[in-house]
Amino acid sequence: MSEGASGWESVIGLEIHVQLQTATKMFCGCELEFGADPNVHTCPVCLGHPGTLPVPNRKAVDYAIQVALALGCRVAPRSIFHRKNYFYPDLPKGYQISQYDIPLGSGGSLADVRIHRVHLEEDAAKLSHVGDTGRIHGSGASLVDFNRGGTPLVEIVTEPDIRSGAEAREWLQLLRTTLRQLGVSDVNMEEGSLRCDANISVRRPGTEPLGTKTELKNMNSFRFIERGIAAEVKRQVGLLEGGGEVMQETLHFDPATGSLTSLRSKEYAHDYRYFPEPDLVPLAPSQAQIEEARERLPELPGARRDRYASELGLAPDDAAQLAFDAELGAFFERAAELAVDADNRAVAGWVTGELVRVSREAGLEHPAATSAGPEAVAGLADLVATKMINRKTGREVLGRLVVEGGDPAAIVEAEGLGAVSADDGMLEAAVERAIAGDPGAAEKVRAGEMKAIGALVGAVMRETQGRADGGEVNRLIREQLGV
Amino acid sequence: MSAAIDLSVLEAAAAVRDGAVEADEYAAAWRAEAAGDELGAYLWRSDGADGARADSGGELAGVPVAVKDIFCVEGMPTTAGSRILDGYLPPYTATAVERLHDAGAGVLGKTNMDEFAMGSSNENSGFAPVLNPWDPERVPGGSSGGSAAAVAGGLAPCAIGTDTGGSIRQPAALCGIVGLKPTYGAISRYGMIAFASSLDQCGPLTRTVADAALLLEVMQGADPRDSTSTGIPGGVGLPGAERLDGLRLGVPRELAGEAEGIEPGVREVFERTLATCEELGAEVAETALPHAEYGISAYYVLAPAEASANLARYDGVRFGLREDSSDLTEMYEHTRAAGFGAEVKRRIMLGTYALSSGYYDAYYGQAQRVRTLIAEDFRSAFDEFDLLLTPTSPTVAFKLGSRASDPLAMYMSDYCTVPMSLAGLPAISIPAGMARPADGGPELPVGLQIAGPAYSESRLLDAAHALESAIGFDGAPGRDRTTVG
Repeated sequence: MSEGASGWESVIGLEIHVQLQTATKMFCGCELEFGADPNVHTCPVCLGHPGTLPVPNRKAVDYAIQVALALGCRVAPRSIFHRKNYFYPDLPKGYQISQYDIPLGSGGSLADVRIHRVHLEEDAAKLSHVGDTGRIHGSGASLVDFNRGGTPLVEIVTEPDIRSGAEAREWLQLLRTTLRQLGVSDVNMEEGSLRCDANISVRRPGTEPLGTKTELKNMNSFRFIERGIAAEVKRQVGLLEGGGEVMQETLHFDPATGSLTSLRSKEYAHDYRYFPEPDLVPLAPSQAQIEEARERLPELPGARRDRYASELGLAPDDAAQLAFDAELGAFFERAAELAVDADNRAVAGWVTGELVRVSREAGLEHPAATSAGPEAVAGLADLVATKMINRKTGREVLGRLVVEGGDPAAIVEAEGLGAVSADDGMLEAAVERAIAGDPGAAEKVRAGEMKAIGALVGAVMRETQGRADGGEVNRLIREQLGV
Repeated sequence: MSAAIDLSVLEAAAAVRDGAVEADEYAAAWRAEAAGDELGAYLWRSDGADGARADSGGELAGVPVAVKDIFCVEGMPTTAGSRILDGYLPPYTATAVERLHDAGAGVLGKTNMDEFAMGSSNENSGFAPVLNPWDPERVPGGSSGGSAAAVAGGLAPCAIGTDTGGSIRQPAALCGIVGLKPTYGAISRYGMIAFASSLDQCGPLTRTVADAALLLEVMQGADPRDSTSTGIPGGVGLPGAERLDGLRLGVPRELAGEAEGIEPGVREVFERTLATCEELGAEVAETALPHAEYGISAYYVLAPAEASANLARYDGVRFGLREDSSDLTEMYEHTRAAGFGAEVKRRIMLGTYALSSGYYDAYYGQAQRVRTLIAEDFRSAFDEFDLLLTPTSPTVAFKLGSRASDPLAMYMSDYCTVPMSLAGLPAISIPAGMARPADGGPELPVGLQIAGPAYSESRLLDAAHALESAIGFDGAPGRDRTTVG
């Protein structure tokens, strides 16, 4: 579904940079550590001293191959590094070692978004500008921290297969889960280990040619990506509907004001003069190396979703939600294993529905990290499945488990929350009292006006403080009124 | 002791190991020679603290080596002949120099050179030109002009340099010494300040072929810090051949007989040397390198292209010269305008242009294709021949200033050496005789270039050794060294 005015289709492609979680940098032996004092992890190589040479990090190459494979890409038998030339203080050599015409991976897909390419490169250093412009031009001074310079990066470029900001956010979350599952990166947007730019254009639905695109830079949260894209689509549609034209430019989204500012300036107008990096030999992973990397791939979200649906019988939405959130998925699998009476669907329902809602309401970081462990959720699902408690009581108990932890059966026992069941006659007695207390409603039900049954059910529920099973109450009322 | 400096490096190191020569005295004698440098060969000289280590028992025990200022040595001023690195002290040492140290050698001094190795006369040094020890009005060649002049002028027992398109071989020829450019990858480039990475190669400049072999064997070998380094499989032994029996020697007509601009005196010495080869038992025949004549054109696209990127790091941000400005772009511009000389600027502009969007394929792409064709030419020639012979330089040493205003004439100095560089092949220049320059004056040394297939250094050195013995070149430019020390 596209945002903006109807009658337009937005076409979005993403460029994602992922910092690899290797012990050392891409082309030298310096340690990688986030948050260290400035310039403590540097050496002549990553400072670009005269005479130094890059040597590729084997682990980074291995990780990049895994990323390419996980995204269904073809791994090039021989890919080469290029130099991307531009002057900037965060780029010590005056060029970035990247890949250009032959990337490490190409032609893959994740969910229904095609992957154009996956390549390896090195990160730039970190600049801080003194003054309030936040940019190098006009600042009083700029400081460079070379700790980050030379961090291995994988760049992932999608085809323009995304149709809205919300879709972009969802897909990016799937990508993050996939990368996290691979164990190749922290994939933390705030710390910059996952960074995303979007190429955006709009066109009339059903038309082939792409409109003029703009590039939206460095949105550092999932929410900003969704909002930034939505704002840019709206801006483009507004321009076109007003008879204007979209100009090809680079834009910066300000989440505080929701405004988009153009970054067109000298510092972004580059001819990068790419040419093959003569200091490095081609990357030529052997077929055995690629196969070995493929075998080491963990179960990825897509495959996990399919397994949840086909083998565990989950509803498609639950299957996807659990598969795309690795921690929640693991939590569910453990709970489903421990549950005796509740089936997989029921356990999944408790996890994706109540657990997520209750933990969010309680302001907890992640549903899988509350005080309620998989055992407790499994126990709770069993209590409901065996009608020891009703769903409403189950929700209450879960609310307490999330905050306090504990054993659901013990809580039910201690608080007397057990369902008022038909077996012990208490429920029948309550139904009798409800009918006696509202003869008018009882008469209407007898006359076939079934809407009136609600008043009787409500009375029973009030008396049992909600602990009765609604279906059972209904059945008993009908039985006693002979309908 | 005064006689010790007349020993070859091979002999001197053996004498130090045997105790026949006192290492400290030997090094001090060379420091005294170096201190008398009137050629501008050195940019920096050791005061002894960086002297050689006799106790190592290594192949170069006690030998002080003159090191081209393009090699980083920790704590030792290193400029690559450029003002932009004036005062720069590297925080680490080049692999080639480390290997010399490991073999017991010390650093006698850092030798003058064309700025960032861009030049064929040493006139492009950011500091001062170097004078040819045979005639102080003439250039020593370049870019390793300081290293060549130091060895030829008796200011060092041996030296190391770098060769990108002829920067070891051409100055060796013009100064009447031995200069070897090994196969690309034989010696690590780590710590060698880059000019054109796909061409740059370290090598020795020595008085004898055996000394060149000795230094090569010490320095060669794969280095984990240089991904393009390979070493020489099987290593290099000391050359001992006195004959060339059974060797098939090819003379590529494009770089010899048919080449324009080869001085008559050079041609004559070259022809005479071919006759010597036959006398030593070799078969000599003409061959062809059909694309070699395009070598200079391809080289002057590829080398500047790589240089334009390699020299981008001299930006005033982290080390070397900085011309301050409140604006970043201005700081870059002023720093680079003040720090680089005219030839370096010319090549950065050439290279930047050649890589620009829209021109890349016509220049860089085309030059790469020519490079491939030249490498194939060599492969075909080496199907029929063991080694190829050419003059090293079309001329003997030329006068200071005579080509300075004509870059194209200067570029042609490397006409015979560039093709081997483009193909990554080993080639050595040995003194073949003396010839009168075309512009008159006393006779000057002429170099013979011998080139071989990749990693054929042992064969190359053996042939050079046999010719060296047969030619009997008198390596001293008429300087009386017995009064020193």
